[in-house]
Amino acid sequence: MEEEKTVNELVGEFPFLDGAVRVPRARRIFVTVPLDRFQSVFRRLVEAKGFTYLTTITGLDTGETFTLLYHLAAENGVVCTLGTSVPRANPEIESVSRFFNGGDIYERELVDLLGIRVNGLPKGNRYPLPDDWPANQYPLRKDWRPEGAPAEPAEE
Amino acid sequence: MSDHSITVPIGPQHPALKEPAGFMLQVSGEKITGVSIRLGYNHRGIEKACEDRSYIQDIYLIERICGICSHSHSTAFIQAVEEIAGLQVPPRAQYIRTLVAELERLHSHLLWLGVAGHEIGFDTLLMYTWRDRESVLDLLADLTGNRVNYGINTIGGVRRDIDPAKIENILKIVDAVEERTKYYINLATEETTLIQRLSGVGALSKEDALRLGAVGPTARASGVARDVRRDDPYISYGELDFKVCTSDQCDVYGRTVVRLLELMESFSIIRQVCAKMPDGPVSVKAPRKVPAGEALSRYEAPRGEDVHYVRANGTDRPERVKVRAPTLANLQSVAKMLEDRYLADTPIIIAAIDPCFSCTDRMIVTDERSGSTRGMCWDELRRHGIEWYRARGIDTTRIKLALP
Repeated sequence: MEEEKTVNELVGEFPFLDGAVRVPRARRIFVTVPLDRFQSVFRRLVEAKGFTYLTTITGLDTGETFTLLYHLAAENGVVCTLGTSVPRANPEIESVSRFFNGGDIYERELVDLLGIRVNGLPKGNRYPLPDDWPANQYPLRKDWRPEGAPAEPAEE
Repeated sequence: MSDHSITVPIGPQHPALKEPAGFMLQVSGEKITGVSIRLGYNHRGIEKACEDRSYIQDIYLIERICGICSHSHSTAFIQAVEEIAGLQVPPRAQYIRTLVAELERLHSHLLWLGVAGHEIGFDTLLMYTWRDRESVLDLLADLTGNRVNYGINTIGGVRRDIDPAKIENILKIVDAVEERTKYYINLATEETTLIQRLSGVGALSKEDALRLGAVGPTARASGVARDVRRDDPYISYGELDFKVCTSDQCDVYGRTVVRLLELMESFSIIRQVCAKMPDGPVSVKAPRKVPAGEALSRYEAPRGEDVHYVRANGTDRPERVKVRAPTLANLQSVAKMLEDRYLADTPIIIAAIDPCFSCTDRMIVTDERSGSTRGMCWDELRRHGIEWYRARGIDTTRIKLALP
């Protein structure tokens, strides 16, 4: 199986990944790395393991941290989701736009919706919020609610 | 050059595009020298809204992300939920999902062909293809009860079964639309004005398509043989035989040819699905609460790969739903396609990635005096339309159509 081969190679090259890799089904790999190891594993996946297509980036509010998931696809149908966390107090990460020219739009979503600082993001229009959106309002944070909405959603 | 350079704003509201997107084009004479795209005018906060609703409610919300790719989004979402919940969806349900998926591709590609015709001043093609598309929409209404936003999916299966009479009707219409498609393929390969108008327009090399993460027909027309149906099979595609259509034209003409050839593959897939339709139930019971977990789901929508990520937290509501629609991936390539092109090619270049716009059609009659409401069934609505026009001196029933 393609995904098993990739996982074995990765754990061989990065021993700290032992136990941090999950293969829930065929063609799906989930890897979690600490922030300081993120760039090296990301580069390895893109440059040597055939994960040449960034399908998208998911940002999640996970309480004390924000979790960032980079969904990288290979031509053989395997998707490797590389996840890392940044502290809520200082949410900062390096841009991956030097690997993927088209990836900046997904990073702009992290900036607008979760308030992540992405270092090295090329200049460009913001996305997806309007230009007059108030500062420090990040809609995908769990503690953010639209103005006038009930504090707890009504039961159906 | 900079002395004569001006900026032309196209959009966010513009008659050539049916949904808002802003293109700031730097123009020197007739040539485009720089492009800046502003998106997000239609950001509705659906991902956030999903976190406040149950999984069942989310199916209907997510189906409304897009009017054309509605089945694409709802299937991509429930696949992720079913994977987390560990549900075994019955094969018959998967075949019905595949059937609706390919019918959706038919009407979407026919719609695109019409729009492309319109953007290059070939409105006869728009009239022809949209008439053919109507017969596909009728099939979808017959199968699911609606022309778009079908509501066929539920967690664990589908909500309506299919009977032999419906299959017979599908095969009849598919035969007729296939004949029409062969005519369009002849047109696209022999009509020199069409070929010349589209060739070389909106060029995107294979390297750029890969570099910019292009998906769907946009990528395949630049020689990138990428199709989730084959590369990462889902629903019933692993059991079906079909080709991934590509072209090395790398331009709008290539995108036209790829979509036309994909129509032919879809006819074949629909016939296979109808012939192999397994017996059995169409759904399994799904729990209201989904156990904690996560899944990434991919789906080859008519416009390209649709990606959904779902994280569950053990309640009846998802912790996070992330959606990446194909147009967002392809808009990265549009800036490249517009560079060094003529300003007048802008509408067809943008339209050639098939950016998505919504359409829907349903009617409830409300009597204001009594306050009563009643729904009109499809045949009643059609009869009402014919009578309404006839009373005004237009008899649409006298127009001869090629299709049954």
